[in-house]
Amino acid sequence: MTKANRRLAPLYSIGLLLVLGAFVELAVRAGWLLPNIVAPPSLVIPAFGDLRANNEIVEPFLNTFFHVVIATAAAAALGLPFGYFLARSPAFDQAYRGWLAAAFASPLVLLYPLFLVFFGRTYFTVVLMSTMVAFVPIAINARDAFMNIPPVLLNVGKSFKVDKWQRFAMIELPAAVPTIFVGLRLGVIYALVNTIGVEFLIDFGGLGRVVSDLYAFFNIPQMYAEILLILVISIVLLWTLDRVQRWVRPQ
Amino acid sequence: MRLGRTRVIQAVTLIALLGVYEALSRSGRFYQGAIPPLADIAQAFFAQLLQPDLYLNLWVTAYEVVLGFVIAMVSGVLLGIVLGTTPLLSTVVTPFVDSLATTPKIIFLPIAMLLVGTGPPSKVLMAALSAIFPVMIAVAAGMRQISPVLIRVGQSFRCSWWQMVTKIYMPSLRLPIISGARLGFGLCIIITLLSEIKISKLGMGFLTIDAYNHYQIPQMYALLLLIFIIAVGMNALLSRLTAR
Repeated sequence: MTKANRRLAPLYSIGLLLVLGAFVELAVRAGWLLPNIVAPPSLVIPAFGDLRANNEIVEPFLNTFFHVVIATAAAAALGLPFGYFLARSPAFDQAYRGWLAAAFASPLVLLYPLFLVFFGRTYFTVVLMSTMVAFVPIAINARDAFMNIPPVLLNVGKSFKVDKWQRFAMIELPAAVPTIFVGLRLGVIYALVNTIGVEFLIDFGGLGRVVSDLYAFFNIPQMYAEILLILVISIVLLWTLDRVQRWVRPQ
Repeated sequence: MRLGRTRVIQAVTLIALLGVYEALSRSGRFYQGAIPPLADIAQAFFAQLLQPDLYLNLWVTAYEVVLGFVIAMVSGVLLGIVLGTTPLLSTVVTPFVDSLATTPKIIFLPIAMLLVGTGPPSKVLMAALSAIFPVMIAVAAGMRQISPVLIRVGQSFRCSWWQMVTKIYMPSLRLPIISGARLGFGLCIIITLLSEIKISKLGMGFLTIDAYNHYQIPQMYALLLLIFIIAVGMNALLSRLTAR
């Protein structure tokens, strides 16, 4: 691909979006699609104004955003030390590794009725579930990160006679950061998917709850607008994480 | 005696967890029936296995998962190949694909229900929508790894597009397809069950939430246990099959 094309790519992307929007608009106006099933842009764009007037944008956005952040932070606070512990104690690693992999493969979000029974329809349920779901990839990747520190680095440390704490802070941790961030990235995505999923299922909390409500009231244009907003939140979260990673460890 | 120690740790952990649970259950501090004793759950588990109803719902869920998965695999592989062979298209579409891939798919359930109704087809659609992204992304990335020599060989034999796909691309894409399939299959199971939980009259997700709504807590635990055993088992089976 030529350099000019690469530079123009974002413009092409925006163009594609506009073409798709125009196509949906035309299809609805021509009667090929029902506006009650696929809302055309001419209805979705003003719907953002209605949502804003009803306080259904900023508030639920922040609600979901903060719960995802809290859950990811809690999962990191638990998962990173746990991963380090597994990497340093082979017997426990062998005992729990398989379980972590099984948890990673299992549909943990389905446990939500169980959490409802324990903690009710509360924010605690939402955050605790997301913490649990985000914990698994964070712990798995932290373990992998601390298991695979290049021996050369550790030997350099040895020849400098670093103590335990120095070895951790100056060698192990910096070497582990890239893999840890793979886990954090997965953790954020899992927490987001889980938070919105639970909100949607139990009609409680932020953006997921709003989509569920709007569907229940059959307010289709506003529902499409809110779904677009959720797309935006996932882009914003991943972008933020990317920035943090660059700040922690410039490439 | 490494393995012996491992087993001891596993056994102690398991017994401790179950012990804490049983103690909570007997403490009487929780709302009555919310934490049924383990014996009740075990009883409900085996009682469930004898219900013909269970197998009907299991069949419905399996049908939705598998059909959605097959649709996602076929379309995901083809779209991945198309993205992999047209760099311009790939650059233009990638931002959308990446952000859609990480979006919680469950929010598209209302749209799926508007399109095809609230029955099993909406679950099939959701399963396909969830699994298509990991497959497509893995295949598109795999396309970039194919040795250019192979592609040039194909071109010098004047292979048609379809011949390129079947003779050159597919054999080289085995690993990405397998890894995409494993991710995708797990997502299919999750989204199908969640969609059933939200709105449906059939399927394992429906059974679970129905038990919850009727406050049949031991049954609900038993069904969740069954679902987890099946999900983890399917995943282990899939990794065993693909490990070769």
